[in-house]
Amino acid sequence: MKDTDIKRLLYTHSLCIFSIILSIFIPSFFLENFSILETHLTWLCICSVFVTAVNLVLYLVVKPNASSKRSSLSFKVTRFVKCCVYFLMSCFTFHVIFVLYGAPLIELVLETFLFAVTLSTFTTVPCLCLLGPNIKAWLRVFSRNGVTSVWENSLQITTISSFVGAWLGAFPIPLDWERPWQVWPISCTLGATFGYVAGLFISPLWIYWNRKQLTYKNN
Amino acid sequence: MRLGSGTFAACCVVVEVLGVVLFLRGFFPAPVRSSSSSKHQAEPPAPEPSAGASSNWTKLPPPLFSKVVIVLIDALRDDFVFGSKGVKFMPYTTYLVEKGASHSFVAEAKPPTVTMPRIKALMTGSVPGFIDVVMNLNSPALLEDNVITQAKAAGKRIISYGDETWVKLFPKHFVEYDGTTSFFVSDYTEVDENVTRHLDKVLKRGDWDVLILHYLGLDHIGHVSGPSSPLIGRKLSEMDGVLMKIHTALLSEERETLLPSLLVLCGDHGMSETGGHGASSTEEVSTPLLLVSSAFERKPGDIRHPKHVQQTDLAATLAIGLGLPIPKNSVGHLLFPAIEGKPMREQLRFLHLNTVQLTKLLQENVPSYEKEPGFEQFKISERLHGNWIRLYLEENNSEVLFNLGTKVRRQYLDALKTLSLSLSRQVAQYDVYSMVVGTVVVLEVLTLLLLSIPQALSSKAELEVPLLSPVFSLLFYLTFLVLSAVHVIVCTSTESSCYLCSLSWLTAGGVMVLVSALLCAVVSALTKVLVRGKLLSKNAAHSNSRWSELDLLILLGTLGHVLSLGASSFIEEEHQTWYFLVSTLCLALCHDIYRNYLPGDDCEPQRCLHVEGGFDGATPALQDKNTSSAVLELNRGCKSPSSLGTLRGYEKWMVLASPWVILTCCRLLRSLNQTGVQWAHRPDLGHWLTSSDHKAALSVLAALSLAVIFALIQRRCSPASKVAMALGLLGVYCYRAAIGNVLFPWQQDNKDISKGILEARFVYVFVLGILFTGTKDLLKSQVVAAGFTVKTVGLWELYSGFVLLAALLLRPHNLPVLVLSLLIQTLMAKFVWKPLRHDVAKVTVMHYWFGQAFFYFQGNSNNIATVDISAGFVGLDTYVEIPAIFLTAFATYAGPVLWASHLVSFLSSEASSSALSHAGFCYALIGSFPVSAYIILVTSLRYHLFIWSVFSPKLLYEGMHLLITAAVCVFFTAMDQTNTKS
Repeated sequence: MKDTDIKRLLYTHSLCIFSIILSIFIPSFFLENFSILETHLTWLCICSVFVTAVNLVLYLVVKPNASSKRSSLSFKVTRFVKCCVYFLMSCFTFHVIFVLYGAPLIELVLETFLFAVTLSTFTTVPCLCLLGPNIKAWLRVFSRNGVTSVWENSLQITTISSFVGAWLGAFPIPLDWERPWQVWPISCTLGATFGYVAGLFISPLWIYWNRKQLTYKNN
Repeated sequence: MRLGSGTFAACCVVVEVLGVVLFLRGFFPAPVRSSSSSKHQAEPPAPEPSAGASSNWTKLPPPLFSKVVIVLIDALRDDFVFGSKGVKFMPYTTYLVEKGASHSFVAEAKPPTVTMPRIKALMTGSVPGFIDVVMNLNSPALLEDNVITQAKAAGKRIISYGDETWVKLFPKHFVEYDGTTSFFVSDYTEVDENVTRHLDKVLKRGDWDVLILHYLGLDHIGHVSGPSSPLIGRKLSEMDGVLMKIHTALLSEERETLLPSLLVLCGDHGMSETGGHGASSTEEVSTPLLLVSSAFERKPGDIRHPKHVQQTDLAATLAIGLGLPIPKNSVGHLLFPAIEGKPMREQLRFLHLNTVQLTKLLQENVPSYEKEPGFEQFKISERLHGNWIRLYLEENNSEVLFNLGTKVRRQYLDALKTLSLSLSRQVAQYDVYSMVVGTVVVLEVLTLLLLSIPQALSSKAELEVPLLSPVFSLLFYLTFLVLSAVHVIVCTSTESSCYLCSLSWLTAGGVMVLVSALLCAVVSALTKVLVRGKLLSKNAAHSNSRWSELDLLILLGTLGHVLSLGASSFIEEEHQTWYFLVSTLCLALCHDIYRNYLPGDDCEPQRCLHVEGGFDGATPALQDKNTSSAVLELNRGCKSPSSLGTLRGYEKWMVLASPWVILTCCRLLRSLNQTGVQWAHRPDLGHWLTSSDHKAALSVLAALSLAVIFALIQRRCSPASKVAMALGLLGVYCYRAAIGNVLFPWQQDNKDISKGILEARFVYVFVLGILFTGTKDLLKSQVVAAGFTVKTVGLWELYSGFVLLAALLLRPHNLPVLVLSLLIQTLMAKFVWKPLRHDVAKVTVMHYWFGQAFFYFQGNSNNIATVDISAGFVGLDTYVEIPAIFLTAFATYAGPVLWASHLVSFLSSEASSSALSHAGFCYALIGSFPVSAYIILVTSLRYHLFIWSVFSPKLLYEGMHLLITAAVCVFFTAMDQTNTKS
């Protein structure tokens, strides 16, 4: 059970990584002058869309928490709407947090917001896919010893690594190297992306490595 | 001897302050300067020596040159002119050097080989120390006696084109200037064209006496592509063309005037093989110095190699050449070839003037100047000179006269060389010996503190300090002997001056005793820790209590901040680091709170159990820090659900909201004062408020802030101090209105603006009154044992006294900083620390972090220019040194001081008896960690390009901060003493 789960985890994660790589290369075929740094906002949008799409598809295909709950259409619709609302809320919350961290309030609003959207795609979207719009479950996953499956464990790792990546991404901004990627919010988005990719990469390995020690409550 | 950990920490920090002072003394050597340097009034020049006969030549000799053009090419290395590159790319200059009427030298620059200190050296002839920067805090202008100021005083018209450093150093000195910035390193054509474009016009006009051209392009090329780039050659050819243009223009003009003119080509510093500069490699310190004038005679076929001279020699030469007094602090000596063509009497006169100036400087800086060989030589040559004058006045021109004159001249030149050498030995070098000793003291103290963590943070808060054993140990005496031997060897062999060696033997011995005693203490502490470690590893299952996220953040944040001090940009923008850390701290607290307070599920009891398990395993090692934190965590883990139950609805919401409120407050404060370098120019609320258009807004804000301060502070004061506080805050507003910062509603026109001395003193009375009441309460609680509440009230009153003083001293637009600081403290105390039961160490670190952040919220930075000196004059008629320094220091460090005093009053009202000494220990540790690391960083970066502009001011700030920390620790200890006694 566990080994197959880990294998599936590995495959899904490599798909996610692949989608990010694709978001870097594919647009240059369709758009002129596309580059990550110069048309950063476009890339942010494309990357968010790609990652969201891949996450949704994977969720529909793999169904990691295949529980036999009632699945009437209305329930599904309300759930979807709820998810959208949660996603938007998380975007705004992140935006507020960035401003509180010192992002400019009036200038560069679009940049800040798109960064918030990207970070939400890396963190909130997988949470929504896996746990649904259920705050209690989220709190459980993100408190100590609260994870109940391989999937939740990897979710924990990728989310935390995305946050840490974005956090570390702010470090080069005050340096006087005068590089184009030191401009707000490019270094932070890049940091978040690297963090996310690193999380995707590390979590299967880490879980595999520690599979003996990890015991989950329900299995 | 057993010491409380607070006392121990306070002692440690005090010793550390000594170490840092020693280090600073070595790092910033006292500059050689004339005591009358601040006044620029012209002293009468030294008259010609005359033995008996009366010489009537007492005035300054007339100028030798009518016009002087100084062409300073940034980063011009000697081989660019005298080497193969010069031959290839600078044909005209090479012709001048080899065949023209010129004198060429290789001038050695002293490190730091950076433009600004070099320009100072060229123009003052002194070796600028960092202390100069501190002495003229706000203005970067050069106040020392220098050639430019003298020339201006003599009515010369000076024009400067090029690097704007000149304009900054000599404001209002130039009749015409065009400053170019050195900011865009990748621009190396425009920056020079901006200089050259003025040339034609200026050379044709000829209504000037001194022309200074500073070309930056070569330096920029060096930074971008190094000294072997092909761009260098092109730039040198361009410079050659410029020189040719100037020289021909000067020559054509000379025909009309009587006096010749002088063209000086020099570099401020060289260029290393990688293209940078700042350090002291041969490539960086060797610069060419070329003097071109038709006054210099030269026989055909006379081939000279450039002589090695000092860069500081130019100032004296220029002064003589322009007929000005030699700058008082100049340590250089006249470049003799420049006056070689003059008659003997004039030559001797010039040499005499220079020698007198150097001797005077020597007398003022070296106590035993009479023993200096230079001084003796000066006396001899002066006597000989007098004889020569007498002979000269008696009989005209003869063989004897000439021979004697040559002898006198040689004697003078020798004296000059000796004097100049012994003077420049006084400065310019880092006193590495003192620096090393200071660093050793600081590091030993830090190690001692680190090693005693487990003991000091144990529940007893006491630790065994081995005081007697080191005194009787062999190690102590051996170390002492070795150190003394090293001291003697260093002091006898060193060439440059050294602070420790100049101390008396007793003091130096005391330092040695201190160092070796500390070493013994460290060794004994280390063995103890090792023994205990062995014990612990025997009963194996010891504390694997995990670090919470908050612990991790605190540890990583502290480490990260210390590491960031190695980068100049991070020092310039240190406020960003602290804001970032504080914001993250708030988010971590938020996480902590939500995990504890939101309706969780069954994981809570399990955690409690888990921690308890860890606790049981580690009972033998009760003194271990991890365990003690585990105990506290246990308390928290088990009690928080119950305390959750007891919390009322409103309080619970406040707990949940408070991190966000605090974050919002921090964000508001952040936009109040933009500091640092990169974003300092951005508009901020502070500037908006202080502009005269928004006086009404500022008045409302100030009044509101003062009211909120009163509301927040009064709740725990005694009635008497409540009244005093209210009157004091009213007085603060009156003071601000009196000096015209704010308006009264009834006073529409800002009429008479006074210094507000009466109002300020009115407030001082209340500050002292409140502090006195607080102290009285504290003493009462100790003597009468009146109990807990009196003591808490006393501490709170001390704290509110500080708040009142800060309200008076801070600039009016900074009053919101004070308000929000009080608000955050209240929120944190009531809704975060109390309900979450953080342990003392964490609370202390949080206070420290917030204190640091508030230091920058006030608008401070790591640049000395942001210190608000006006705070030192509040309520004082004239400048009185000690109160002014105290008030300025308090106003600058108001943030950290207020947070530390809040920590004292919070802990004494809150927690167990050992809390204060724990807090004192933690505060000492976390305060001394950055400074120790920074000392090492600065030592290793002492040849960095930004050492004077970025790292040195930060070093001063760190030193001052350590002093404040020491004061705070002593305060902690004092409070703790009253605590234990009562």
